[in-house]
Amino acid sequence: MSILVDKNTRLVVQGITGGEGSFHSRQMIEYGTSVVAGVTPGKGGQTFDEKIPVFNTVEEAVKKQGANTAIVFVPPAFAADAVIEAAASGIKLVVCIAEGIPTLDMVKVFHFFKNRPTRLIGPNCPGIISPGKAKVGIMPGFIHQPGSVGVVSRSGTLTYEAVHQLTELGLGQTTCIGIGGDPVIGTNFVDALVLFEQDPDTKAVVMIGEIGGSAEEEAAQFVKENMSKPVISFIAGQTAPPGRRMGHAGAIIAGGKGTAAEKIAALKQCGVHISESPAEIGATVAKVLK
Amino acid sequence: MKIHEYQAKDILRKFKVPVPDGQVAFTAQEARKIAEQLGGSTVVVKAQIHAGGRGKGGGVKIAKNPAEAEKLADQMLGMTLITHQTGPEGKPVRRVLIEQGLNIERELYAGIVLDRAKSQLAFMVSTEGGVEIEKVAAETPEKILKEWIDPAVGFQAFQARKLAFGLGLNGDQFKNAVKFLTALYNAYVAIDASLAEINPLVVTKQGQVLALDAKINIDDNALYRHKDIVELRDLDEEEPLEVEASKYDLNYIKLDGDVGCMVNGAGLAMATMDLIKLAGGEPANFLDVGGGASAETVENGFKIILGDSNVKAVLINIFGGIVRCDRVATGVVAAAKNIGVKLPMIVRLAGTNAEQAAKILSGSGLKFLVAKSFEDAAKRVVEALAS
Repeated sequence: MSILVDKNTRLVVQGITGGEGSFHSRQMIEYGTSVVAGVTPGKGGQTFDEKIPVFNTVEEAVKKQGANTAIVFVPPAFAADAVIEAAASGIKLVVCIAEGIPTLDMVKVFHFFKNRPTRLIGPNCPGIISPGKAKVGIMPGFIHQPGSVGVVSRSGTLTYEAVHQLTELGLGQTTCIGIGGDPVIGTNFVDALVLFEQDPDTKAVVMIGEIGGSAEEEAAQFVKENMSKPVISFIAGQTAPPGRRMGHAGAIIAGGKGTAAEKIAALKQCGVHISESPAEIGATVAKVLK
Repeated sequence: MKIHEYQAKDILRKFKVPVPDGQVAFTAQEARKIAEQLGGSTVVVKAQIHAGGRGKGGGVKIAKNPAEAEKLADQMLGMTLITHQTGPEGKPVRRVLIEQGLNIERELYAGIVLDRAKSQLAFMVSTEGGVEIEKVAAETPEKILKEWIDPAVGFQAFQARKLAFGLGLNGDQFKNAVKFLTALYNAYVAIDASLAEINPLVVTKQGQVLALDAKINIDDNALYRHKDIVELRDLDEEEPLEVEASKYDLNYIKLDGDVGCMVNGAGLAMATMDLIKLAGGEPANFLDVGGGASAETVENGFKIILGDSNVKAVLINIFGGIVRCDRVATGVVAAAKNIGVKLPMIVRLAGTNAEQAAKILSGSGLKFLVAKSFEDAAKRVVEALAS
């Protein structure tokens, strides 16, 4: 098994005719994801690569092609509108890759999603992949391998690094989710941990956090109270200075809060296994699973 | 993005948030003129730098008349102000705010921030104005009152009333506080702020409620729709190499160590800095060249890293996923040749075509140390520094 995406995923790509959208659509198709539609307002009626119908609205993609999952590649100024359109059109899972969405736009989006059955992943994230089944994101597919480790992370390339280490050690993955590096995101660590705990095939979870906010502390408490499976964690930014935004809009130590040291202490206290070095994430998982 | 206090107050004025009368001065003569325009009596001279704690560092002084304002401004302009937020090197003062003196009765606190755990804005007030709010939060959290704002309806009048009553205000002070808080919220949303802190928020004997100080940060992601605010950026307040890097769209933050690093992706960049530290070195910077790591961005990255004279070695850590490592390697070689990098360069490329990439680097005739793994890379950096 896996979580959120698999062989039943029917994907619509919002912004399929753009540079990034078209490139990654081809990559996702090559990986085996069933991309059933594209949406670019004003380009409805065209076909992408002579096989995928392009629509003006997400609603049409849902009605005519049975799309149940959406990935958003539109520019940040239009991304909030795009994810709300997907949710309003009956899509079950929306993955927002776009980076640079204004925070106050995301606050509105978050509350729009709150009482709806649609899940949002991201923004500012690499997406989600269930190895061997479906890839809904921009991650390199080949570094993944089917298996029993779940991965959830606030980062992009650091997630690839961790997955690469796991695969090298023969530790495959059920599903890997990049939840994104922004201060307001649709799916947080706890949401992902709930799903991994319920998934019978997931035997352990790798959680990659970073400085800023308190999502890791909340996850630590959840692990202590609700998780039967081992959780292995690495927190990036032990050397980051306070008050500076370390690339990700959410990676900032503000008012002395959100430091790596605080997070690591909270995680350890709640029984989470810590990989002190980013080079030993895979090895730490191997040790825990032995 | 950070802005100065006087700029924040100019914005607040536009949104009908009461602030003391005042104006910025770049010279002592200007300071005198402004003091005269303010009526010739007591004014406050405030150093304008992007850091808090100015009062304790000698950056806020009271002048009884325009002549004294001129004298104080003259002393302040050009001085290096050291506060707990500037670091030991301090910051030079290039602008001062000349502001009317007030008859203060109480000093309070008001602030708006994003509560990340709730994904909602939180409006906070406290009777403990004039001290750091983090200190109040740690020692007497019950003295901070909070209202969370539903983005669908915005900050409601009853919430403003609750906060104002909670501050123990009544009469004109109460009415004016409700107006003040509502106007502050309107300003916050309209300008896409990421922080608004009024500390102290003062109440005068005449019943006025004003922002005696104002700290406003703007959400960088929203600057595209606030061209007028972008104009307020003061490059003098920023690290020159960071200004240079921002021209190339590179995410660079200067640190104090001697190992320059260039990485694709923010999380991996932070993790690389951590690994350098674990291996016994000190990172000289944070630099995220983005997922693609093209030859051009690598070259610009080199320029920025080498602009820091403390750098003794460079570590390049690229995880080539969608981008192939051989391409990145070709770009790294070309950039290093173009710039003539003489320092030891440790390169770790992982992912697609990593082996071909290693061959390109070793065969380039340049001093590349090709690392076998992430861990190996950090070790080699520290070795290179020792030799």
